[in-house]
Amino acid sequence: MPAREGTYGLLAEFDTPGDLVRAARQARQDGWRRMDCYTPYPVEEAAEAIGFHRNKVPLLTLTGGLMGLTAMFLLETWISVWAFPLNIGGRPLYSWPAFIVPAYEWTILFAGLSAAFGMLALNGLPSLYHPLFNAPNFRNGATTDKFFLCLEALDPKFDLVEAKRYLESFQPVSVVEVEY
Amino acid sequence: MATSELKHDPRIDPATGEYRVIAPGQTFRSITEKISRIVLTPETPLGWFAIFAVGGALATMLMVALTWLFLKGTGIWAISQPVAWGFAIINFVWWIGIGHAGTLISAILLLFKQSWRNSINRFAEAMTIFAVVCAGMFPLIHTGRPWLAYWMLPLPNTMNVWPQFRSPLMWDVFAVSTYATISVVFWYIGMVPDFGTMRDRAESKYAQYIYGLCALGWRGSVRHWSRYETASLLLAGLATPLVLSVHTVISFDFAVAVLPGWHTTIFPPYFVAGAIYSGFAMVLTLAIPLRKFYHLEGLVTERHIDNMGKVMLATGFIVAYGYGMEVFMAWYSASHWEAFMMWNRMFGPMGWSYWVLITCNLAIPLTTLWSRKLRTSIPFMFFISIVVNTGMWFERFVIVVTSLYRDFLPSSWGTYRATKWDYAVYAGTLGLFTALFLLFVRFLPMIPMSEIRMMLPGAKITAKATATEAGD
Repeated sequence: MPAREGTYGLLAEFDTPGDLVRAARQARQDGWRRMDCYTPYPVEEAAEAIGFHRNKVPLLTLTGGLMGLTAMFLLETWISVWAFPLNIGGRPLYSWPAFIVPAYEWTILFAGLSAAFGMLALNGLPSLYHPLFNAPNFRNGATTDKFFLCLEALDPKFDLVEAKRYLESFQPVSVVEVEY
Repeated sequence: MATSELKHDPRIDPATGEYRVIAPGQTFRSITEKISRIVLTPETPLGWFAIFAVGGALATMLMVALTWLFLKGTGIWAISQPVAWGFAIINFVWWIGIGHAGTLISAILLLFKQSWRNSINRFAEAMTIFAVVCAGMFPLIHTGRPWLAYWMLPLPNTMNVWPQFRSPLMWDVFAVSTYATISVVFWYIGMVPDFGTMRDRAESKYAQYIYGLCALGWRGSVRHWSRYETASLLLAGLATPLVLSVHTVISFDFAVAVLPGWHTTIFPPYFVAGAIYSGFAMVLTLAIPLRKFYHLEGLVTERHIDNMGKVMLATGFIVAYGYGMEVFMAWYSASHWEAFMMWNRMFGPMGWSYWVLITCNLAIPLTTLWSRKLRTSIPFMFFISIVVNTGMWFERFVIVVTSLYRDFLPSSWGTYRATKWDYAVYAGTLGLFTALFLLFVRFLPMIPMSEIRMMLPGAKITAKATATEAGD
């Protein structure tokens, strides 16, 4: 079920990544903020054009890794020193060099899971519905060979007629209105 | 003369003088069509069914062999005293080693910005996962009572017993389980954008539904791509130390034991190099028939085969250094037991296995892989890949069996002769691997479309094309 009604935004289709980046950069300069680009492969220049420079995935990964490291090292220490002390050839109960290996593995495990699932969560995925999939040309192009710029209706500058004329000034292949 | 010939070869890029990574004349749409059609076509090639039948039959034999094993216990295998580790451990190390090339290709070559890897990384990662599936099974069934395998996990239990974290076998549990988890996650995350493509290109409702669920709603937003690229790079950065640690920890299983032939410090680097050596051989074994069968010569080119040959040459020499160092240390340590073990390994009753290893891993590949002509000869590289896979299996056989069968006391000397159940389990895992790999080729995009698109000339953005009115 669509969450809202009305127009989600205007979607302009381009044939080359260069055209898309030029349009996105110009739109950003002209004061547009609520917009996004859709490309069939990562186009870094497009992300920068719409002012998206850094993300929080590295921070999440670091946090996850440190949590994994701490959790495993403390678990090993607690088990070997308090919960189940074993005398193995007279070695100290707190034999930390041996604990490094599982702690190292868990650092990687938790950091990797945080990177993957953190990335998905920050992207708002998985999501079963998105208004863009209502656009007739989106599914045939955005994951194959077309480049899209979407000006969203939430932007204060957005006016259906004005924005359509504005997008057409970039000579896109087409401009379509996307409904919620 | 030779250079002018090279210049006219259309497979060679005149700008670099190297073989092209992908054949010229491809567009975003043509490569998407080519790769997704393999999966989305309703017709399955007959050859696929033929090979799947063989793989499936062997996998069924594995089920029979495992059932009998669980009924009778590990006594149906040849393991006894003094050779207490047999096929199960050999196959475990061999399979997990094969998996390592997949991670190397997907992670380490990504960090080194080796974009030629893009064509082969997806199925190399799939190979990793299926190899780890086969590998992970062996230590479990080797315990004899696999239904108690959860004892290896630090779980609270009524016996108040906890795992012993000073043992390398315990480290193995964490290394291999982390490796399996991270490999699956890396593989799946890599496929999400391609699932989006499959969802949008599928014609049947059913396929749209399934691929749509797998795509998690991917729509190619550049914000998403930016986080996605960061996450991929971080996963690659994490998988690199992971893959090096996994075979290192496996080599600790041997190296920590106080046994001539096992107790050496060279084992970790030499195991890792051997893993990559055999893994690249397995990638070639899979890639050469696949590119022929599915007409992917334009995407998996001579350049890939050539580069993999070079990696094998380099890792082969590290392995050769490892073998040389073992022999040297046997003499230099002045340990009677070490010297006898090495003499017995080479010239004892099972010495043939050592010479099979030397022939397959050193004599044949390391003399021929120097030649570019041979490295780009497809039949020869297929032959070499089989030879190296055999050689690497014998390396593990030599390490496990020839270090054990004549121990400190001559009265306890024995021998090792694998039983039919040993062979059934080994052949069964080969069948399971084949069957899983064929399912992957049929139902999932085996070449990452989004990464191939980045390598096409159309993906280049010039500063002029993007100049805005106000200027930057």
